[in-house]
Amino acid sequence: MTRAIFVLGAGLMLAGCAAPQSRYEWGSYEEVVYASYLAHDDVPAEKQVEFLEKDYQTARSTNRRMPPGWHAHLGYLYYQVGRGDQARQELLTEKAEFPESAVFVDRLLANVKKQ
Amino acid sequence: MNLRTLFRVGALLCAVGLTAGCQTVKPYDYTNFRAHPPRSILVLPPLNESTAIEGTYGYLTTVTRPVAERGYYVFPVAVVDQFMKENGLPTANEMQQAPLAKVAEITGADAVLFLDLKQYGAHYQILSSVVIVEVAAKLVDTRTGILLWEGHGAAQQGSNGSGNILGDLIAAAIDQAINKHTDRAHQVSRLANANLFFPEQTGLPYGPYSPKYDKAH
Repeated sequence: MTRAIFVLGAGLMLAGCAAPQSRYEWGSYEEVVYASYLAHDDVPAEKQVEFLEKDYQTARSTNRRMPPGWHAHLGYLYYQVGRGDQARQELLTEKAEFPESAVFVDRLLANVKKQ
Repeated sequence: MNLRTLFRVGALLCAVGLTAGCQTVKPYDYTNFRAHPPRSILVLPPLNESTAIEGTYGYLTTVTRPVAERGYYVFPVAVVDQFMKENGLPTANEMQQAPLAKVAEITGADAVLFLDLKQYGAHYQILSSVVIVEVAAKLVDTRTGILLWEGHGAAQQGSNGSGNILGDLIAAAIDQAINKHTDRAHQVSRLANANLFFPEQTGLPYGPYSPKYDKAH
């Protein structure tokens, strides 16, 4: 009895202490977005794209998903640097991965087509 | 004192401890939230009441991760910001005053997270400085305008190292080329967000992408 309680308690403690495993590959996403606002001269859009592409390679090799909004953000960066086909592809990926984005992504796709 | 008595005393102490713990935090009333549980959350740039101009985006760029990890679809914050600016809403104040029905029509978001940055940045004292971030949040249902959840989070960090191992590890993992540009308040924002979103009785409930999502909601 006492032993069972001890084991259960230890198990709960371990569960509580274990570092939360993210289901997404965050990489440098939020820092790249930060840089787009506050360090744009040092980290221009082309460089931001490189960071995100590198994170995507990491995600592929570790078999993890990119976070919500990530593909749409990369698409937006591709659009900024004039890579329209890739912009469209990333927006379509966002919609496929997260159907909640469909309404907004369709608006963005319409803008990209106008370019 | 035999083992059984010891166990009883221990159990009693635990119960007292739990009761004491419960009394300090008033649980949030999630009735409205459970009536309109969102799948997707649109995070608008915060109102900035701090003295730091960079606070608006320094803080905004820390919100996606905790909300997404909680189990929600989070719209890409910079793309949303840019889209709104191109459509006649140049500031956070104007974005936050846009009619909810219009925001829902444009984005399809189930809920909007309205943020109010109260403090962001360093407070200098005689021998040291302390970085403080304080934020208030309201989550509103876009269809009904009902308040689903609100919360408050704050964190501070002295000038002598962070004292936060997790924060240090996260900071170390970020590529140096970017990290050298990020201000300390940006990092402290992550601690404030943990205090805002993650407490079990007052935080943002788990969403549909979380394995802990309660399907009975």
